[in-house]
Amino acid sequence: MTSIILLSIFGIVNLFVGFMKSKKVLMPVVLLFLAIALVATLFDWNQPQSYFSNMLATDNFSVGFTAVMVLSTFFILPFSRSYVDAENANLAEYYSLLLFALVGGIMMVTYENLLILFLGIEIMSISMYIMAGSDKRNILSNEASMKYFLMGSFFTGIILFGVALLYGATGAFYLADIAAAAARMDPETAPMLLMGLLLVLVGVSFKIGAAPFHFWTPDVYDGTPTVFTSYMSTVVKTAGIAAFYKLMSAAFGGVYEQWYPTVVAITVLTLLIGNIGAVAQSSMKRMLAYSSISHAGYLLIALTSFNDRSENALLFYSLAYAVATIAAFGVLKYVGDARGSDDYSSFNGLGKTNPLLAFVMTVAMLSLAGIPLTGGFFGKLFLFSAALEQDLIWLVIIAVLMSAVGIYYYFRVIIAMYMRDAEGGRVAVDPLATFTLISLVVLTVLMGILPGLFSDLL
Amino acid sequence: MLTALLLLWPALAALLVLLVKGQAAKKVAFGAALVELVLGIWTWINFVPNASTQFLLNEPWIAGAGIMFKVGIDGISLLMVLLTVFLVPLIILSTFKHTYEKPASFYALILFMQTGLLGVFTALDAFVFYFFWEVALIPIYFIAGMWGGENRVRVTFKFFIYTVFGSLFMLAAFVYLYFQTPGTHSSEEVAFYQLVLDSGTQSWLFWFLFIAFAIKMPVFPFHTWQPDTYTTAPAAGTMLLSGIMLKMGIYGALRWLLPVVPLGVSQWANVVLVLAIIGIIYGAIIAIRQQDMKRLVAFSSISHVGLIAAGLFTLNEQGLQGAMIQMLSHGVNVVGLFFIIDIIQSRTGTRDIAALGGITQNTPFLSVCFLVLLLGAVGLPLTNGFIGEFLLLMSVYQYNNWMGAIAGLTIILGAVYMLRMFQRVMFGEKNEITQGFTDLTFTEKAVLVPLVVMVFWIGLHPNTFLNLSEPAVLKLLDVIKR
Repeated sequence: MTSIILLSIFGIVNLFVGFMKSKKVLMPVVLLFLAIALVATLFDWNQPQSYFSNMLATDNFSVGFTAVMVLSTFFILPFSRSYVDAENANLAEYYSLLLFALVGGIMMVTYENLLILFLGIEIMSISMYIMAGSDKRNILSNEASMKYFLMGSFFTGIILFGVALLYGATGAFYLADIAAAAARMDPETAPMLLMGLLLVLVGVSFKIGAAPFHFWTPDVYDGTPTVFTSYMSTVVKTAGIAAFYKLMSAAFGGVYEQWYPTVVAITVLTLLIGNIGAVAQSSMKRMLAYSSISHAGYLLIALTSFNDRSENALLFYSLAYAVATIAAFGVLKYVGDARGSDDYSSFNGLGKTNPLLAFVMTVAMLSLAGIPLTGGFFGKLFLFSAALEQDLIWLVIIAVLMSAVGIYYYFRVIIAMYMRDAEGGRVAVDPLATFTLISLVVLTVLMGILPGLFSDLL
Repeated sequence: MLTALLLLWPALAALLVLLVKGQAAKKVAFGAALVELVLGIWTWINFVPNASTQFLLNEPWIAGAGIMFKVGIDGISLLMVLLTVFLVPLIILSTFKHTYEKPASFYALILFMQTGLLGVFTALDAFVFYFFWEVALIPIYFIAGMWGGENRVRVTFKFFIYTVFGSLFMLAAFVYLYFQTPGTHSSEEVAFYQLVLDSGTQSWLFWFLFIAFAIKMPVFPFHTWQPDTYTTAPAAGTMLLSGIMLKMGIYGALRWLLPVVPLGVSQWANVVLVLAIIGIIYGAIIAIRQQDMKRLVAFSSISHVGLIAAGLFTLNEQGLQGAMIQMLSHGVNVVGLFFIIDIIQSRTGTRDIAALGGITQNTPFLSVCFLVLLLGAVGLPLTNGFIGEFLLLMSVYQYNNWMGAIAGLTIILGAVYMLRMFQRVMFGEKNEITQGFTDLTFTEKAVLVPLVVMVFWIGLHPNTFLNLSEPAVLKLLDVIKR
């Protein structure tokens, strides 16, 4: 809760700092804000509290996911260095929007009331529509923004419609009251309740980019400037999946049988479409877009299995995925900017020209592919364990086969970097970004060697 | 503690080597591998030859899930650890005449792989085993992919996808087994050994586990990645793959397949034996037809491994002990042979059997080493190959007379392709490319002499090693026959 207040204030303060026209101070200031917010968040650990007539409530679940999101933002920010130097960039506004989006994200994991969930989704989404279009002169960025906005507002409408139906069926916006009504399952209002649940479920699936509501993802990710793409595929996705999980467990945990078929269908479709779609890409950025769809599928396995292992698996995987994805997008940004293209071919020979960047990318790819020594391996192991405890053997087999497909496209980058001849020259990276990339690698490997540190927090 | 030291040192040394600039990296790496060899010998000296697991390290790893970081060494592990620490320094020494690009990375990867290999051979927890299993794979992928020959990208990628695909099935089986353990669940070896599963479950679990090990060995028909990968990889990579990594598959089957799903094994042993024996004959016949020396040894390796796999699945003491001793012998012989092929290739620029000839005339030392290693591979009495093949063939013969008879052809066929190669490459008239062939240098001797000594040591006094593994093998057989 403190983090919501702090970040909102920081966002506004940041706009005023922007008036001073000294862009150089902006990034350190925002990093400091984020560090303060992170510390403030962690103070709530093991101290559950509720606010505003229980509209918001913090518990370890919300603190855990808030920390992942704030940390992700913290790691993404250093890669926006090139905007500091750009003449026309409205840097202060971008940073404020990032902070506001983060506030929305935190509301999405702290809500106890569906209205707060809706507010959180909207605060986050509207900020992201603008970020998607922030490269004003680029037609692809404009397209991304437009597409994201139109589709996004349509699905926000669907969520709202679902919330209205749920209110009609239960007379409540509070999760606890809805849970009580859902447990009774009054035959008269049951169709309305289930319809409302289905609509909310569809809307949230859109927000996390799950199939079959994923069509916007590749185009929007591709057009959006890379820094903000990495924000979308980590912070936005973490907020979405955590909100989804919280909704299902707090309000509809008692009617697992009712929503299980829908969720498992979405999970399987997402896994298949994400992984198979990624194979066909020639652009690294589009591959990462499809890979983010596939990882939404892996994250949904936690929801599908829905048992005492799910929450921890979800948190671990979110962190491992976010760290690896930010590293991958970070390297992609520098390589793409320097060599003028986001294709695999622009990574050719990076192992020779920039050993460090290539190494960071390799670790990130290994983690996303789920190879041991990286956090991604244990993330997958925990998720699959949760599913196997629920006897979803067939789902795990599909997921394992899709992981093998994943290795194919993640390794294309590694092959390009180490086994093809260099085409471009050395890619210049500023020291802060280098330091961030190294920290990300250390964190990934730490999660891969001592998973016990992160695996049983909740 | 000693186990932890054995595992940690190569990984630390790898980081150290990364800091070394230029070709000095190979010397540092060699030094590090020698230290590891000393550690290995120290382990051997302190090892009490009984069935117990010694030098145990048991620390919580993922406490919430009851998964322990448990490693230790028993007789079976010890032989594999000794093989690894013995071969790695020789493999590093064998590369001294090459000047690889980015030497620091090359040697760091070799040392890093050693940690993975030793981890596989000492793991006593299924997830620790899987962890190291993959840790050993990543370095060899880069070694073969970055320093290999023609078509390296496609070939190594095929190898990688193949092995990862297999090991994912193994992981799924491990997670399933983990959930079958009572109470708060455990993935320890002993917990798996105590499981009582019905034969239907064991039947499918068998294939999930077997595929992973069969691809690694490789057993026919899972071998298609192997000849290309062996041919394409740089000499050191081929030696690591064939000398040590191949043993991961056999060792894995020995420790994580046979005792874990004994009912599954008894259902499918016939099928595996038939596949293994097809592999023996198939590998040998194709080896006879090869013109490329490296490919020839690669196919001979399929043949030899087929025999080891056959012996393993007969589930009798001779079979298991034969497999143990033959793993050592095969490691020694195949590393030696690949090194000699590498010497010939770097002096003449070719591995083509038809293009060579008459090398014996100015190279007495090389010829003797080559002949000894080759006869070891053929399985001539007094050499190491004889002991292993004799035990293995005896075990297959006990299992089924006909199978034993067919598998016995390996000795004849092996002699055919090996001696054919020796005859055409070493004897005959000298030609332009073999004209100025010089004998072994000091470093080359330093690699080959220890290998030749091992050929005779195992051949003349196999009990040095058989006695180490015997109690552990008998204990394992008790578990299998429970």
